[in-house]
Amino acid sequence: MGQAYSAGLTVTDSIILKKERILPLKGQVLVKKGDMVKAETVIAETLLPGKVIPFNLANKLGVTPSQLVNYIKIKPGQQISKDTILAENKGLFGLGIFKTEVRSPCDGEVENISAVTGQILLREPRIPVQVKAFMDGFITEVIPDEGVVIENKSAYIQGIFGIGGETIGELKFMALTPDDELSPAKIDDSCRDKIIVAGAFISYLTIDVAIKHGVKAIITGGIDDQDIKKMLGYDIGVAITGHENIGLTIVCTEGFGKITMAQKTFDLLKSLDGKKTSIHGKTQIRAGVMRPEIIIPMDFTEDELIAKEASLPILEPGTLIRIIRQPNFGKIAKVISLPEELTQVESETWVRILEAEFENGTRFRIPRANVEVIES
Amino acid sequence: MQYDEKRLTRIVATDCGSTTTKAILIEWVDGEYRQTIRGEAPTTVEAPLNDVTKGVINATQEMEELARLKHKNPNIKFMENGEFVIPRNGDIGVDAYVSTSSAGGGLQMMVTGVVASMTGESAERAALGAGAIVMDLIASNDKRMNHEKIERIRQLRPDMILMAGGEDGGTVKHVVEMAELVSGADPKPRLGSSYKLPVIFAGNKEARVEISNTLKEKVDLIITENIRPKLETENLGPARDKIHDLFMEHVMKQAPGYNKLMEWTKGPDLENVPIMPTPAAVGNIMQTIAKDENIEVVGVDIGGATTDIFSVFTEEHVFNRTVSANLGMSYSISNVLASAGLANIMRWVPFDINESELRNMIKNKMIRPTTIPSLLEELVLEQAIAKEALRLAFEQHKEFASGLKGMQRQRDISEAFSQTTSGASIVNLMTLNLLVGSGGVLSHAPRRHQTVMMLIDSFLPEGITRLAVDSIFMMPHLGVLSEISAKAATEVFRKDCMIYLGTCVAPVGKGKLGKPALYAKLELPDGTSFEEDIPYGEVRLIPCGIGEIAKAHLKTHGGLILDKDKNRELDIDLHGGQVGIVLDTRGRRPFTLPTEKAQRIASLKKWMRELKAYPNDILV
Repeated sequence: MGQAYSAGLTVTDSIILKKERILPLKGQVLVKKGDMVKAETVIAETLLPGKVIPFNLANKLGVTPSQLVNYIKIKPGQQISKDTILAENKGLFGLGIFKTEVRSPCDGEVENISAVTGQILLREPRIPVQVKAFMDGFITEVIPDEGVVIENKSAYIQGIFGIGGETIGELKFMALTPDDELSPAKIDDSCRDKIIVAGAFISYLTIDVAIKHGVKAIITGGIDDQDIKKMLGYDIGVAITGHENIGLTIVCTEGFGKITMAQKTFDLLKSLDGKKTSIHGKTQIRAGVMRPEIIIPMDFTEDELIAKEASLPILEPGTLIRIIRQPNFGKIAKVISLPEELTQVESETWVRILEAEFENGTRFRIPRANVEVIES
Repeated sequence: MQYDEKRLTRIVATDCGSTTTKAILIEWVDGEYRQTIRGEAPTTVEAPLNDVTKGVINATQEMEELARLKHKNPNIKFMENGEFVIPRNGDIGVDAYVSTSSAGGGLQMMVTGVVASMTGESAERAALGAGAIVMDLIASNDKRMNHEKIERIRQLRPDMILMAGGEDGGTVKHVVEMAELVSGADPKPRLGSSYKLPVIFAGNKEARVEISNTLKEKVDLIITENIRPKLETENLGPARDKIHDLFMEHVMKQAPGYNKLMEWTKGPDLENVPIMPTPAAVGNIMQTIAKDENIEVVGVDIGGATTDIFSVFTEEHVFNRTVSANLGMSYSISNVLASAGLANIMRWVPFDINESELRNMIKNKMIRPTTIPSLLEELVLEQAIAKEALRLAFEQHKEFASGLKGMQRQRDISEAFSQTTSGASIVNLMTLNLLVGSGGVLSHAPRRHQTVMMLIDSFLPEGITRLAVDSIFMMPHLGVLSEISAKAATEVFRKDCMIYLGTCVAPVGKGKLGKPALYAKLELPDGTSFEEDIPYGEVRLIPCGIGEIAKAHLKTHGGLILDKDKNRELDIDLHGGQVGIVLDTRGRRPFTLPTEKAQRIASLKKWMRELKAYPNDILV
């Protein structure tokens, strides 16, 4: 067989990126098509509905739900403030003696009054939410009331796993070699507000020092599972991340453990030392897969924004691959051939394999499922 | 619509799973339907492809190549220009293409009820039976504050909500209160913002007007028959059907590429064959087995993201399904470690391994879910993790699969003394006839002996239980295939899908290690016999092939029992299978492993050698 599809992560010095930046609820878009925006620009904002406070008014007043209508002083949609009288009864003999008043526990709005349950729903004041551009680029589309599409030309690296949200900073290349382990002593105040690049591994101690020195993000080949647990205080069960609030963002390019950073990723990051970088650790490895991203915008003109059609990463003789499972996890090789028939591997599983060759000429066979294409 | 073999000679069926898209080819060969070729490829709902059909094309392409090799015919093609050619024209095309799917996270629902253990549980059963993952159950009595419930609905963003509550003529107030909470949350669907969230109301019919007044402006409200019209009656069918319809209409269409896939699935007359949620298809098969053979069945489908357990118990064939949403072998593998704990996984591993290495290995599998263990040690570790995923999922299932809760039962005097209560689990391992495994780690284990070992160690069958496995994980495909050809689905199921592995004999009770536990005398069909007084804490494997029956005389020692009637001596026929008959005297209730590490490893190695689970060189 000549070729096969294989999943792969994108690592490239030039890509036309297209990003939708959408509000969580409909609101106001603040930019227009054709605008050039900076990563820090607020492009849309909205007001999220405030917290709902259910309130059993009939109970508080000591009447049945159906009687509530006789005593209520507010109506749905009405703005209220704390201590607004919501309902009051007429007191003893209707003379106002021992009258009971029920007052609002919060500022906000009356959402609903129910004659069935006697419950009212109060909604606290709306919460403003702003969406930033996150990457420098052109607004190529405005989705009315919802957000925009931003496009740019960037160097782009997809990580495999990350934690922490979106951040922007200057790239500071610190690793000496792809298998380097960054020591805490190398991190000082020159790293403040920077996105630093380590090699194969970063330890808990180094991360801790980085947080103390105000580092915005760390890019590393690997990280230890237990170090993440120490940082977060819990074990990651399913990889849905990006919301962690640990003081910085971490993006792993290879995986868990000490894994040499792919040479291509290492060289690309090195060539971009000092550049403005947008980075996030959002990872979701199911239902709408999301991988962490490192985006380094380049200078470009609007007419360059013609994206290549998404293509399948293809395995074929000559393709460069990264091994993503033991043995030889993390090593790079070149595909030699893709035999069609099923082949038995050491675990006795019958699988489709490929033959590949390391740089030193050593040949080996490996399940096709255990490699990923390094896209050029 | 059903078609016969004149119209259906070559069918492609796919299952688009969360990790892998599996394709099978079914052909009419020498007067019968057979499953002939399979192919698979990573599922492609993620960027940059964002199109589930790409994975289907890749898996089908693999099948085309293998079909050309198998039939020595270079002209065979199922697709042209990236689409199926239907109907078949000689070597080109297929007569039908059908598919199941759980890609895109499957159907994620929330359910509400008045009393969590009554209407809430009935709603949960309806949602699970329809193939959904139930993200949360909200009830009037679930002890959370109302504002917490509202926050929860807003956070989870389910694909749809099923509201139950109140028997007909019963409470209106509490049902409306739940509707007010849903309204207050103003929930938005997870996928796509262009449609309103579907909310099904299947509660007290007296509350319909109020419910409608409360919700109709904010959600797409669908009203159907009450799920629990009386305390002692469950009526899950109408709500299940509505869930399924809505899934097809709204949710599935939002996943990338599904519109195209829905157009592709066609029979020979080009009429559309709806895509079925994978668990619904497997559930159909399990129920068919139980009804056809009039037996009690437990089935399991262990996938990358979830583990689904199905059971059919009692003479009424009561069906239950549970989804353990975060117990699986790829995306969720790390959660198995978090839920079970490292010690519980390590207790199944017959060698020492560095803890940190193991943890990182598990995390790496989570982030690169399509990889497979090519080293033997890694296979052993994955199978140890699988045992824990299965054990935990089965525990959840046993708790859930219960009689209706809240009913007042009239009891006769003997029942009054037997301490049975309403709502007790109906899963009874002692009466269970058949345990069926499906899903990658069970169906693709390099040795079927490993499947037997995983099923026994995790489910701990009691008494006498037959074991089977879905040969290459094709039950979902056959579940949907039966929509256009019950004949093809049944024939392939019997001949190619369901592989009987053998029978497990496991006396229940506690004994002393090394003391006699079970005397077994087996007369095998080839004329040979096996006779041994097996000590407590051992395992024996007696080869006895598929379709063969061994005449057995079994007698226990020390109070161990063999069946539901507490018999200690039985003359019984034991069915063979691809692996054989397993005599397991390791005890049940409780089942324990040696606590001391060296002794535990020695015991594991002895049992694994006896079961021929792994090559001997890893077990020395």
